[in-house]
Amino acid sequence: MKKSPDSNAEQPEIEQALFETQKKIYPRSISGFYTNLRWFMVWFTQILFYGTAWLSWNDRQAVLFDLAARKFYIFGLVFWPQDFIYLAVLLIISALLLFLVTAVAGRVFCGYACPQSVYTEMFMWIERVIEGDRSARIKLDGIALSAHKITLKAAKHFAWIALALWTGFTFVGYFTPIHTLIQETLNVSLGPWQLFWILFYGLATYGNAGWMREQVCKYMCPYARFQSAMFDKDTLTVTYDAERGEPRGHRGKKADYKTQGLGACVDCNICVQVCPTGIDIREGLQYECIGCALCVDACDQVMDKMAYPKGLIRYTTEHALAQKLDKNGIFQRMVRPRILIYSSILLLIIFIAGISLSLKSPLKFDVIRDRGLPRTTENGSIDNVYRLQIMNTEENPHRYIIEVAGIPGIAIISDSDFEMPAATTKFIPARIRVPAGVAKKGSTKIIFTVRDLDNNKVSVSEKAAFLIPR
Amino acid sequence: MADFTNGWLGILIALIVAISIIGCGVLLLAQSKIKVKVGADGKPLPVETTGHVWDGDLQENNNPLPGWWMKLFYGTIIFSIAYMLLYGGFGSYKGMLGWSQDDEYKAELKAGDAQYGPLFQKYMAMDIPTVAKDAQAHEIGERLFLNTCAQCHGSDAQGVKGYPNLTDKDWLYGGDPQTILATLHDGRQGLMPPMADAIGNADDVLNVANYVLSLSNSPHDGAKAVLGKAKFTACAACHGEDGKGMQAMGAPNLADKVWLYGGNIDSIVEGINKGRKNLMPAYKGVIDEDKLHLLAAYVWSLSNTPSSNPQSTAKP
Repeated sequence: MKKSPDSNAEQPEIEQALFETQKKIYPRSISGFYTNLRWFMVWFTQILFYGTAWLSWNDRQAVLFDLAARKFYIFGLVFWPQDFIYLAVLLIISALLLFLVTAVAGRVFCGYACPQSVYTEMFMWIERVIEGDRSARIKLDGIALSAHKITLKAAKHFAWIALALWTGFTFVGYFTPIHTLIQETLNVSLGPWQLFWILFYGLATYGNAGWMREQVCKYMCPYARFQSAMFDKDTLTVTYDAERGEPRGHRGKKADYKTQGLGACVDCNICVQVCPTGIDIREGLQYECIGCALCVDACDQVMDKMAYPKGLIRYTTEHALAQKLDKNGIFQRMVRPRILIYSSILLLIIFIAGISLSLKSPLKFDVIRDRGLPRTTENGSIDNVYRLQIMNTEENPHRYIIEVAGIPGIAIISDSDFEMPAATTKFIPARIRVPAGVAKKGSTKIIFTVRDLDNNKVSVSEKAAFLIPR
Repeated sequence: MADFTNGWLGILIALIVAISIIGCGVLLLAQSKIKVKVGADGKPLPVETTGHVWDGDLQENNNPLPGWWMKLFYGTIIFSIAYMLLYGGFGSYKGMLGWSQDDEYKAELKAGDAQYGPLFQKYMAMDIPTVAKDAQAHEIGERLFLNTCAQCHGSDAQGVKGYPNLTDKDWLYGGDPQTILATLHDGRQGLMPPMADAIGNADDVLNVANYVLSLSNSPHDGAKAVLGKAKFTACAACHGEDGKGMQAMGAPNLADKVWLYGGNIDSIVEGINKGRKNLMPAYKGVIDEDKLHLLAAYVWSLSNTPSSNPQSTAKP
């Protein structure tokens, strides 16, 4: 385990647990611009999450991932397994967005929009309302078990579990219709898998947001570890202006600290106390920092009280610190190759995906030729039989007509028009006849076209082979 | 149990599993403490690196893992023991729950039967012509047909050379509902032996072939047909004196224009010389009885509804 050379061989050794016990963090509440921004994002993402499941669209749930029927409904769109590519595109867009945002402003996704941060924030709010702020919580954990302590702790966990279960319920509500789900929940008639996933997702929420918190970011999340690949010297990060702040130290409010040889940092430690991951930002950029800027709010408050200028801790870049750039300078440096490449790839993919989505045909079909030999009729014309698999991916019935072309006189002998109920797949046998002697013997390419009888613009063509016996 | 294992294999597996689990536990315990250097004040020195260096300055700190992570490792040991107690896997031990893939499969089949059984039972209670009128039964039948029968008889059920057309009124073994069901059940083996020796020389065969064509007024050589008539007695045993066939033994009607292998002189001569052999497989036990019932109704409907086209009735 240890490969470092034994240079300090003369030093005594002690046995220590290899595994660190979690040091509980008691973040202190704070207010300010970035705190408000975080709360705005909590409301925004959670209204989206808890609310969307209840919306209706065309007599069905607006957003429903029906795994059993393999149909994903997202408002007006219905995605079939054949549309799986769009999921890949969505993931690529999300990844690129993350890269871009990280290159511009560091880990702001972590601080403001990541479910881990958002749920932790909600759980911390519950904790604060029930147990009080930082000092009250430290005190409560320090005292012996009493009726008062048990009541508070029980109330907190009860509220946490209620919120976690509601989160699990909402999550499952995206996979099985939520209006049915709530009926089943009230009647205590949930299916075993629904119950399992509600409890499992609820437990994960409770455990991650209530107990694990920053441990998830520090030890589990891979994003924390590869962020540095997107960082450069022009990336905005939460930074302590050491040149202005050091040397830190306590001082009187009225005193002129510069004559005392002190920097602007009053060493109040509030920036450490508010940090949800429990780090000291004054030690520089660390992998634990989720870019939430709560320390910025904390420091600005103190600077205000001291009547010092704000921004001892602020979002700034390495270059800006070194070269004393102002906001304009930082902004100008935003336009750099990394940002341009990320944004242009992102825009290109969004553009292509948008075009592809808008051109997505509601009608899909495949042609399979029957494996049997061609038939020769009495007057010498040749019949081939095909099986057309037609999919009406839309949520209303359609009438379609099959057309065939590629050989003079080629015609469909079986019924060529048919009706498809909403969102169904169907096999249609099609018998195709070619008159004697118009095509060469062997295989000839023909084109099947299936056209929507009510909307001529919707048509799909597929190639097939017509066989004529030698 | 499988043929190629015996008792000691189970013991061996149990041994390997036990050693693995105990080994993991011992390893975890042994590795949960390290020796760290202490400074002059008796406190541990700051974290050392592993000594690995990348890119000149990138070092790997030898930081301790969080404690809960360690507990997860112990958790896996508890999980594995609980899992084996419940589900088996410790040698040949079957587990307290007695769970098996096979039972799971059977349970799912049972659940499927419970869901769809009433539908099929409804149709089982009806006779085949009644089922044939039912639009939903027709759709189920069509899907069964496309899955099972269309490979040979064609997606439109009109057959190809060697595989009969099911949409016309010409039946080898009879086209009433019960006979169709019997065909599906037990399959059919059609056999026409080579008849050249019984008929005579090559000229005789050609004459008989022309006579056969004359029965259906197909293009033929009249003079040869007259000569062939006498030799047809060899064929009449199965196809009948008038050549109209015999459904009891699946001998085709030669007096109509429906030909399984083609209605020209060459293919008939070939049939006489080499014989013909046909096989329709039996589906009893392969497809459930209630589904065969629907399938029989579908096939019967192909030649017994006003429209001979299978699609027109499939419309909802």
